[in-house]
Amino acid sequence: MKTIEQLANERILVLDGAMGTMIQKLGLTEEDFHPPGMEDHKILLKGNNELLSLSRPEAIRKIHEQYLEAGADIVETNTFSATSIAQAEHECSHLAREMNLASARLAREACDKYTAMDPSKPRFVAGAIGPMNKTASLSPDVNDPGFRAVTFDQLVAAYKEQVEALLDGGVDILLVETIFDTLNAKAAFYAIDEVFEARGTRVPLMCSVTITDASGRTLSGQTIEAFLISMQHVPLFSMGLNCALGAAQMRPYLEVIAEQSTCRVSIYPNAGLPDQMGEYRETPEVTARLVGEFMASGWVNVVGGCCGTTPEHIAALAQEAEAQHREATCSGLN
Amino acid sequence: MSIPTYSGLEPLRIFPGSNFVNIGERTNVTGSAAFRKLIKNGNYDEAVSVARQQVENGAQVIDVNLDEGMIDGVEAMRKFINLIAAEPDIARVPVMVDSSKFSVIEAGLKCLQGKGIANSISLKEGEAEFLRQAKIIRRLGAATVVMCFDEQGQADNFERRIAIAQRSYDLLTQNAGFAPHDIIIDANILTVATGMAEHDRYAIDFIEAVRWIKQNLPGALTSGGVSNVSFSFRGNEPVREAIHTAFLYHAIKAGLDMGIVNAGQIGVYDDIPKDLLEHVEDVLLARRPDATERMVAFAEQFKGAPSAEAVAAQAAWREGSVEERLKHALVHGVTEFIEADTEEARAQYVDPVLVIEGPLMAGMNVVGDLFGSGKMFLPQVVKSARVMKRAVAYLEPFLAGEEGRAGDRHAEGRREEGAARHCEGRRA
Repeated sequence: MKTIEQLANERILVLDGAMGTMIQKLGLTEEDFHPPGMEDHKILLKGNNELLSLSRPEAIRKIHEQYLEAGADIVETNTFSATSIAQAEHECSHLAREMNLASARLAREACDKYTAMDPSKPRFVAGAIGPMNKTASLSPDVNDPGFRAVTFDQLVAAYKEQVEALLDGGVDILLVETIFDTLNAKAAFYAIDEVFEARGTRVPLMCSVTITDASGRTLSGQTIEAFLISMQHVPLFSMGLNCALGAAQMRPYLEVIAEQSTCRVSIYPNAGLPDQMGEYRETPEVTARLVGEFMASGWVNVVGGCCGTTPEHIAALAQEAEAQHREATCSGLN
Repeated sequence: MSIPTYSGLEPLRIFPGSNFVNIGERTNVTGSAAFRKLIKNGNYDEAVSVARQQVENGAQVIDVNLDEGMIDGVEAMRKFINLIAAEPDIARVPVMVDSSKFSVIEAGLKCLQGKGIANSISLKEGEAEFLRQAKIIRRLGAATVVMCFDEQGQADNFERRIAIAQRSYDLLTQNAGFAPHDIIIDANILTVATGMAEHDRYAIDFIEAVRWIKQNLPGALTSGGVSNVSFSFRGNEPVREAIHTAFLYHAIKAGLDMGIVNAGQIGVYDDIPKDLLEHVEDVLLARRPDATERMVAFAEQFKGAPSAEAVAAQAAWREGSVEERLKHALVHGVTEFIEADTEEARAQYVDPVLVIEGPLMAGMNVVGDLFGSGKMFLPQVVKSARVMKRAVAYLEPFLAGEEGRAGDRHAEGRREEGAARHCEGRRA
C-alpha cells in the first residue's frame, strides 16, 4: 500500500471537516458527556467533546465514517483538547491518556474499515494536537506582563502524555494545529521529538497555524514569516493554515507559506466568517471554489475544513481535487 | 530556506551581501555597569527600557546576559525575557540568550517564541557535553554561537582558532543535525595593546580566522564581542571608538557577519584622523613591533577632556557652506543645529521642496554610500534618519503653506522615509 508521502506526491489529499460542528448537530445532553463511572462528576461536562470518545464512542465513529464516506483521505482524532492541562478546567486531567487512546482507536478502526473496502484509496489517521487553553508567551494578567500561567516544561510534559497515547492508539500522522502561540507549538514539537527518540520511531508531522485577523499575525504577535522561521527546526510533512478565517481571508497568508515553506502546504479554513449569531454559512460550493483556486495555483497539497464545515464541504473539496487531478493528468498526456 | 534566518515577532534574514548585523550589548551585565546595577537591584522596568533603547537605536538582535553572581540566573533570565516578550517594539527582534551557564541559556530559550540564538557553547568540557547542549538547543529551535574553546582552553592564535572551529563545525553538522547556517563561530576577540608581546597578533589572528572560516566552513557564520579588543584603553573613549571602527572595518571585509557592539562606540571609518588611524591599524594588524608603545604614547592626547585641537576640529564643520553643514549633520547624526541650518537653506532655496531634493537628499546619498561600503553601520544610519526627519518636519509647515503643493507633502514625506529605508534596504 502507498505511504502518505507517495500519495501526496501524486495528488492533493483531503483532510476531514469540523468535529465540533458535527457533535453540535447531534443535540446531545449533559449526561451524554459522562463516561461510565463519572455519572456524579461535580462539574458540568457538556461541551467537553473529547469525553465523547469514552461516553459515546459510536457517535464519534459515525462522524469519522461520514467524512470518510465524503472522500476524506485523512481523519483527525477527537483529541483537540485531550491534554491534562486543557482538561484541568473540567477536572478531567486524569483522563487525558484514556481520551487519546480511545479517540485514536476509533479513528483507526474507521479508517481501516474504509481502506479494506478500497485498498487503492488508503485512509490515514492524524492525531490532533491542539494549542491548549494556557499559553507560554502571553500573560493572562494585564498588570503583570512577566507572569505566565504555564511553563514550557509543563507544556512539554502534557504534550508528551498526549503524543504517547496517540501513538499507542495507532495514529499515522501527528497534527499540531490551530497554533496561536508559537511557544506552545514549539513545546508540542519538543515533546514529539523526545517521544520519537525514546521509541525509536517517527510518523509524519503536520503543522497548522492560525492567523487571527487582518493584522496577518498570530495571536501571540508573530508575522507568518517569523512563525515559519520559528518552526524551521522541525522536519515537517506539511505546513499550513486553519481556523479563525475563511478561505477567502487566508489567501495572502497561504501565498507566503506556499512561497517560503520548504515542505508540503495544507489549508483547512472555516466555512467563511461567522455571522452575528456565530453561525458559519459558507456553502460547500463556495468553499470548494475558493480552495479550488489555491489548488489550481499549485499552492496546496492537503485541503480540508475547520469550524462550520461538514461532510458536504469535504465531498465538494474532494470532487474539486479529483477534477483538477483528472484535468492535470489528461493535459499531461497530451 | 538555506540562508541564515532568525525571528522575534518579525523575521531577520541574512542574505549574501547583507551588511554586518549589529547585536546590542547594553542588556549585558558584563558589558554595562549600569545594566548590571539595574538587574542586581531588581529594577526590571528600567532594564526593559534599556532593551527598548537598543532596538530603537538600530540593534537587529539583542544580547541578554544576566550573569551576576548575586542573583538566581535562571529566574532572572526567565523574568527578563518574559517581560520583553510583552513589549512588541522590543520583541520584534530576535534574542541572543547569553550566559556562561547552560542551564540559564536553556531557560531563556524556553521563553522565546521566535528563533533565537544561544550564546554560547564550546568544547571546554569535552565532546559529550558539547553535543548534549547542542541537541537541546536544536530541539528548542535556536541557532547557536560556538566559542573557540576546547579541553585545553581558549584559542588564542590562528591555528588553534581554526582547528577548534573546524572540529566544532564537524561535530554540529555531522553528529547534532545542525544546519551550517545555524552555526555562528566566535573566534575570540581578545584585548590588544596590553604590553605583552604574545598579545600583539590577537586582532589580526581573529580577522584571519574569520577569513578562513568563511572560506573553509561552508554556510557557517562568524561573530564576536567587539568591545573587548580595545579594553587596554578603557577611559579613553575617542581611542576606543577609533579602534572599534577600524577593527570592524577590517573584520567585516574578512567576512565577519555579526558582532556584539555598543553602537555608541563606533564611528565612521573615513572620519578617523589619518595619524590616529595609522597608529590604530599598526596595532590591529600587527604591522610593527613597537606598535603598542607608539599607540599608548599617541593615545595620551585624547584622554579626559578633548584636546584644543579636537575641539577646533569639532567646530570646524560649522565653518562650511550650508550644504556641507547639512551633509555633516546627516552623516554624523548631529541634531543640534539642524533646524537653524535647514532654515538657512530654506531662505536661500526659497522652495522648501528644493531643500529636500537638494542638500538633504545629497547628504542621505552619502550616508547610503558609506553604509553600502561597510563604513557606516545601521545604528548610525538610524541616527541619520532621525536628523533627516527633524529637517523635513521643520520644512513641513512651509510645504503646507504653499497653495497647490499640499498634495506633494505626503510624496515628500514618503521620499524622505524612502531614503532612510533605502539605506537599510542595502542589507537585503
